[in-house]
Amino acid sequence: MTTTHTYDALVIGGGGAGLRAAIELSERCRTAVISKLYPTRSHTGAAQGGVCAALGNVEEDSPEWHAFDTVKGGDYLVDQPAAILMTEEAVGAIYQLERWGLPFNRTPDGKIDQRRFGGHTRNHGEAPVRRACYAADRTGHMILQTLYQQCVKRNVTFFNELYCLDLIRAEDGSTAGIVAYELGSGGLHIFRAKAVIFATGGYGRMFRVTSNAHALTGDGPAVVWRRGIPLEDMEMFQFHPTGLARLGVLLSEAARGEGGVVLNADGERFMERYAPTIKDLAPRDMVSRAIYQEIREGRGGGPNRDWAYLDISHLDPKVIEEKLPDITEFARIYLKVEPTKEPVPIQPTAHYAMGGIPTDTDGRVVVGSDEAVVPGLYAAGECACVSVHGANRLGTNSLLDLVVFGRRAGDDAVRYVAEAELPPLGEQPETAALEMLNGILGRSTGENAADIRTELQDSMFDLAFVVRSEESLAKMQAILGELRARYDDVAIGDKGPNYNTDLMETVELGYLLDCADALVAGALVRTESRGGHYREDHPLRDDANWLRHTLAYREPDGSIRMDFKPVKMGPYVPMERKY
Amino acid sequence: MVTVAEVLAVSEARPAVDPHSIELTVRVRRFNPEVSEDSWWDEWTVRCDPFERLVEVLHQIKWHHDGTLSFRRSCAHGICGSDAMLIDGRNQLACKVLAQDVAPKVTIEPIRGLTVLKDLIVDMDPFMDGYRSVLPFLINDSGEPDKERRQSPAERHRYDDTTKCILCACCTTSCPVFWGDDSYVGPAAIVNAHRFIFDSRDEAGRDRLKILSEKTGVFRCRTTFNCTDACPRGIEVTKAIQEVKRAILFERF
Repeated sequence: MTTTHTYDALVIGGGGAGLRAAIELSERCRTAVISKLYPTRSHTGAAQGGVCAALGNVEEDSPEWHAFDTVKGGDYLVDQPAAILMTEEAVGAIYQLERWGLPFNRTPDGKIDQRRFGGHTRNHGEAPVRRACYAADRTGHMILQTLYQQCVKRNVTFFNELYCLDLIRAEDGSTAGIVAYELGSGGLHIFRAKAVIFATGGYGRMFRVTSNAHALTGDGPAVVWRRGIPLEDMEMFQFHPTGLARLGVLLSEAARGEGGVVLNADGERFMERYAPTIKDLAPRDMVSRAIYQEIREGRGGGPNRDWAYLDISHLDPKVIEEKLPDITEFARIYLKVEPTKEPVPIQPTAHYAMGGIPTDTDGRVVVGSDEAVVPGLYAAGECACVSVHGANRLGTNSLLDLVVFGRRAGDDAVRYVAEAELPPLGEQPETAALEMLNGILGRSTGENAADIRTELQDSMFDLAFVVRSEESLAKMQAILGELRARYDDVAIGDKGPNYNTDLMETVELGYLLDCADALVAGALVRTESRGGHYREDHPLRDDANWLRHTLAYREPDGSIRMDFKPVKMGPYVPMERKY
Repeated sequence: MVTVAEVLAVSEARPAVDPHSIELTVRVRRFNPEVSEDSWWDEWTVRCDPFERLVEVLHQIKWHHDGTLSFRRSCAHGICGSDAMLIDGRNQLACKVLAQDVAPKVTIEPIRGLTVLKDLIVDMDPFMDGYRSVLPFLINDSGEPDKERRQSPAERHRYDDTTKCILCACCTTSCPVFWGDDSYVGPAAIVNAHRFIFDSRDEAGRDRLKILSEKTGVFRCRTTFNCTDACPRGIEVTKAIQEVKRAILFERF
């Protein structure tokens, strides 16, 4: 049973970027948001610490300083014009959120309060600066709620619990729509549209320890990759230093912004040795590597000597209560540790994909080293790579990215749909999606999807995490080949049409395998260390050869072809990254 | 700053956890209209880590024992609000309950008052309709300032508690009034109205109070405090409802 719908524009994903795009679109053209979750379940809601903009509400600041920090934090793989644009638009974007009702914490005189965050500095690195606008440690929750409220106000059309299975492209390469699966009925839907904006978030679920929700399986990147769109800088994945030990649940950098420190098992504040100027507020990639180094040198804690500790016990209990309530509760509930009295065991956790679907600053998907625009195809938020985060995203810049580029993608799509014709549909555009589902449903016995997923997560954690090498990555590539072969023989227990989450989890596993393929291919080819990508066998940054983005293509025979494009430079000359 | 000894005390007080050290029997009320018009009970006994979240125990069952077992989940740490369930007779998020807290046996049912679609999955649309009915968005037509609207820390604090709502439905589906009559908007909708009624920037408090003064509104509440007990975010739901009642009675907010 297939139902066909026609809209001008579709937004795939109901998180921050998707909702922000929908706000822009919904009153200007016929728009539908297709989300596999109820939108308020999206992972934007898990973001904690803040969203940066140089408002200068509590001390002097400027968008230019913010741009510099973003470029340096990204280890110079950032496209500088995009970072400059984002940090300039940041100020207006925050005021917009406030006017829509976002309950920011306030200064005594009633302005939006701001606090310190990793890598955000005054005047090009002199000292930490108070730039992060926040609402306790629930800033992402407030952004998601506020954007959803604005969608309710505008009566945006939502199709909830529908999974995107395929992108429909016309013969000339332009965008014609998508194929989606309705979880509640098992029915397929064809959504015709002139413009499609992917805003499906990240793919941290390929790693064993991650801050990411179960839903973050790289659906958007995998779907477009299978239709010939390259993925950019996939090797650039952020490992956040302060995940709750064993679980990976995020403990916000705001804890360190408010004065918390990271300790090794000797009780030493070891970041003083690695980043003497800003210490615990060094960017995430550096703190995660420092933790690894401490562990390697025998100063890790815990039963396996692989933990560090986040200590906020010296902070004023009132500060903890008012500014860090949620993360304090996480430690209490999940580890039964009392953060006001004792240090909290932590370990680096897979947190954020800097890479993704390549776009320009209007959210338009661009392919090849000459950046040819794919008509009608857009991406925004974590699934996109603009690239404003380069090799390492600064804390808070993800929330900023999704409001700035969600808006820009929506705005450009409005312009595009006014000019473009609705492309014709080919014969039975749902064929490929149906074959995929029937393949999984048709086998009565076969491989267990959960076993494949566990092996993927364990081996990615062991071989492609904070520290990588040619040897570890080659091994991972071989494992991925085996997992792929097993996946092609996967069988599931639930064969019915009613809320078949067994089937959708298996489809999502296929997406994860694709994203892992692209990540490992990029990590193998990039023979240098930069930002979140650390190669033990190539420990230094190599600007002569690697000041460029990787592009991974899935070839029709299943192999991966790598291509490259230069980084867009600007006023900031690459220099050694010291803090 | 903690001392070395204190750090080591923490690390040594937490020995390696055996991932199979406790036994947990999980009883689940099942339903699938494709199989039967009636619900039935299934029971599994699994070994797990005492710190394992109940939602992950359900995954273990789904992934290794019965793939048809169906439930919603996403973030797995109490933020997204997907996995509200009736756990040992109380509405809770399955990701905020640890195996050690319910062992040796736990009973899980779908939340009440909403139509069960399959196993632990209920129809959330009536719940979301209630939310949408209270104008859950900031309304202010007095012109937009160039920068932010000012709001003092005290004004901000006034509605802080009700901004925490994650729309999980634990409160609404623990309410006996809602079970008896689903035209009642329910606690979650009132919480979200409260969040705007008491926001100094909002100008539509009267409109929301009018909606909530109708027969489907706030005076259906019988103050049983089930909602407050059920809220996984610690929101004082009953107090928020009382404040809305008072605002209607005394036109003061």
